[in-house]
Amino acid sequence: MKILTFFSLFSTFLSANSINVEENAGQFFSSGHTNNWAVLVCTSRFWFNYRHVANTLSVYRSVKRLGIPDSHIVLMLADDMACNHRNPKPATVFSHKNMELNVYGDDVEVDYRGYEVTVENFLRVLTGRLPPSTPRSKRLLSDDRSNILIYLTGHGGNGFLKFQDSEEISNVELADAFEQMWQKRRYNELLFIIDTCQGASMYERFYSPNLMALASSQVGEDSLSHQPDLAIGVHLMDRYTFYLLEFLEDIHPASKANMKDLFKVCPKSQCVSTPGHRTDLFLRDPGSALITDFFGSVRKVEITMETINLTDLIKEAEQNPMNEKPQKVTYSYVDQLPVSEIIHQKPKQKDWHPPDGFILGLWTLILLVFFKTYGIKHLKHIF
Amino acid sequence: MKSLLIGQMSLKRKGVSHTRPEDLTKSRRRGQLAALSIAAVVIMVGVPLWWRTTETYRAWLPVSQINELANMQLQLSADVEVVFARGTVTPEQQKKVPLTQTQDEEHTVDGDLIFKAVCDPMVTKYEDCKLIHADLSLHTLSESPCGSLVVYVIPESSSLLPEDMDVYIGQRRTALLRIGAQMRVGRTVEQLLAHLEPRIKQVLQVMSFSHTDITAALSDRVRLSPGNKESIADSMRAFKSSPGYEITFSLLNPDPKSHRLHWDIEGAVQTYIQPLLTKLAPVANFSLDSQTLYYAMLGVNPRFDSSSSAYTLNSDSLAHVINPVEARLGSNAASSNPVLNFLLYVPDAHHSPLYIHDNKKQEVPSNAFHSPRWGGIMVYNVNGFYRPEAVLPVDININMAKVMGVFLAQLRLLLGVQSSTAPPGFLMAPCGSTGLADWELDRLMWSRSVENVATATTTITSLAQLLDQIGNIVINDNIAEQVSSAVTSLQLAVAELEAGNLGFALQYSKEAIMASERAFFDPSLLHLLYFPDDQKFAIYIPLFLPMCVPILLSLLKIVSEARQKRREKQAKKD
Repeated sequence: MKILTFFSLFSTFLSANSINVEENAGQFFSSGHTNNWAVLVCTSRFWFNYRHVANTLSVYRSVKRLGIPDSHIVLMLADDMACNHRNPKPATVFSHKNMELNVYGDDVEVDYRGYEVTVENFLRVLTGRLPPSTPRSKRLLSDDRSNILIYLTGHGGNGFLKFQDSEEISNVELADAFEQMWQKRRYNELLFIIDTCQGASMYERFYSPNLMALASSQVGEDSLSHQPDLAIGVHLMDRYTFYLLEFLEDIHPASKANMKDLFKVCPKSQCVSTPGHRTDLFLRDPGSALITDFFGSVRKVEITMETINLTDLIKEAEQNPMNEKPQKVTYSYVDQLPVSEIIHQKPKQKDWHPPDGFILGLWTLILLVFFKTYGIKHLKHIF
Repeated sequence: MKSLLIGQMSLKRKGVSHTRPEDLTKSRRRGQLAALSIAAVVIMVGVPLWWRTTETYRAWLPVSQINELANMQLQLSADVEVVFARGTVTPEQQKKVPLTQTQDEEHTVDGDLIFKAVCDPMVTKYEDCKLIHADLSLHTLSESPCGSLVVYVIPESSSLLPEDMDVYIGQRRTALLRIGAQMRVGRTVEQLLAHLEPRIKQVLQVMSFSHTDITAALSDRVRLSPGNKESIADSMRAFKSSPGYEITFSLLNPDPKSHRLHWDIEGAVQTYIQPLLTKLAPVANFSLDSQTLYYAMLGVNPRFDSSSSAYTLNSDSLAHVINPVEARLGSNAASSNPVLNFLLYVPDAHHSPLYIHDNKKQEVPSNAFHSPRWGGIMVYNVNGFYRPEAVLPVDININMAKVMGVFLAQLRLLLGVQSSTAPPGFLMAPCGSTGLADWELDRLMWSRSVENVATATTTITSLAQLLDQIGNIVINDNIAEQVSSAVTSLQLAVAELEAGNLGFALQYSKEAIMASERAFFDPSLLHLLYFPDDQKFAIYIPLFLPMCVPILLSLLKIVSEARQKRREKQAKKD
């Protein structure tokens, strides 16, 4: 009897183990991605938008902790918080009150800072249309097997997102940019998270496949901030990102939590606004997509089974005779600033524009004066 | 003019306003003429001028040719030369064997793109095939160009091949095929050919291209349905076709206090890796560098296995090894080519020896693993090279041949030289010192050409579609030039594939892909920011409304006056 139970236990253990192996093998093929990228954008500047920078940096920290290296993260921040004159603790950006967690740290790598965070640069990063002089760290070098996480935060409205108080990106432009990415197969799957007021309007217009989107509030609702810190004097984080981060703190690289858990983050009782999500364009079932598929970077590995038998010996490199004098190469500096060229260059040809309102008004005035001087009767024929 | 003015003024002073009727009509007509001419100028000169100055410059693109490309059929043809050795064909049959025979095979790939495999076996008269033992000498009999094959049919009784093997695939583009036993007595030419045909086809599938290879290469256009797991893994593992690759060799030494490592990486690369890369030169450019990283730890703690008194890394934890290390590896900032990283990890003295175990808890003989589209890591144990009581740090010379053997194998896998398992009865020659057999190179070139053609076609068609859809993107002349040159190169590449000139086909496909990528990713193709319709109205109305209102009103006045006149005329008539 005992042997029977033992055998049955043993067999179930074996079958469970084999199922585990099968599951792992299945996992290998189910996600279909081999690398992860993250594009984290904070679209606001100025001291009172401290919380947006703290939002983005906290997500940056989580994503780095879960394994995505800096070379695969494109971080766009105005970066005017840490060294702001109004910051009582310079070189820090805190995300919890009582200054518990400094998310700025020593090793933050901001790729686009200050005035480089523009709609044009953001769209260029997404579509890959950067000038050839752009360094590798500023490019999104994803391929058709990359899963990309895109996080946007800032001030938004119904169908647009404000960039640095001077321009806007609309939801149509964003949807077109994603379609261009899909056409060139620059992503395998894309997770889009937005934490702004009326954030759900930004993902309304998506039409490319394999996109999943989360927003912190619906159309007509405002996303609220979490808590002010009295020493720093501003609100430190937004509610949705705060609870998102609490959720991510429990995720480690081997965790099996899936997207359905992410949708439950920050219900209306905690967030005051209603978070929304969109999964109709996502081809897999969201329950089968792991959090680490987007937030972490779990590599697939294969054991190398074969080796090549190499029998040639390394040939010694020819020794240079020691008494040969090294040839002297004279270097010279390139002209640093061609001042004479700049002074004497012709002004650039500007495109012709039709006359604007001022000119038209001026001409109307002149015409009126003409008619007044030379006779009202001419005016009769017009009015 | 002056008299009229004075007349008007005098009339005003008197307080009576009678003007002569002829003056009225004359001035009215003058007014009408002025209004009409202004309206004419606005409509005929102003509107076209405004339209011209606000439209975006769009150079002409060969749209019809691009649409043709989208529906094109790929035809791949490989030349196969079949040589009958002495003893396989009787002299009378020789005369009856047809000289050329074309075999076509059509394949559909999801109904979208069809490719045909055309094989031209040219049967030559039998050669005096002396019993030669090395197939290198066979190679000197006939120098086969890139993409073609020579199959030697040898008699049943020959001892060139071991007993159970029927086919021998050599290092160059030759194969030996042993004729079957049933083809001995009273066979006709047709029977002989019917017997040989499927076997030659099988050899071709191994040495040239097969349906699965081409489907995998076309996976850019046609997403592979999750059918064969092996093929998905293969397509995920190899890097996509790119004009250049960067290979970085890194030596990781976490314990410089104990081990002072010396590796002759320059010599090793020159002797072992460079021949392979030179052979692969038609496929892509490679740039190599190497580095040594000190105090670089693995991200996982290896477990001590008392049964073998060694530290082990099991396969589950391997996935987490790469990420912490990757942050320390640099990359060339100037290029955007994909990077292949090969890491040689020498465990520290406290964790030596370190072995990798697979899921069956068996030691892996190569002690190495690789990650798809990233690179490979090998663990090199050095505890055997010095006694425990030796003075630290010890100088250790790393055996580069062993290391490069592993890295070369991983490099082959990552570049897409598939090491598919040979069908039963096939004997493969070991790949030579370059690490790549000629026919393997041909295979790679076939799949790369097809992949390049497919990618370039997709890029060009989607670019054309995009430019069509978004009306306010400026298309400069250089983009139109790139697109035209891409289209031309694509057409040439397809033609060369049809003709079977593999080398030229690959070259044209590379040109096509570079031109299409340059056109698609040109920085000037950013669409001007989107303006919703109400914003467009808000911009133009304040400019044009004040100008148009007088013109419209005067025209209306003319029309109403004309109508009034007509009514008066009618009244007069009645």
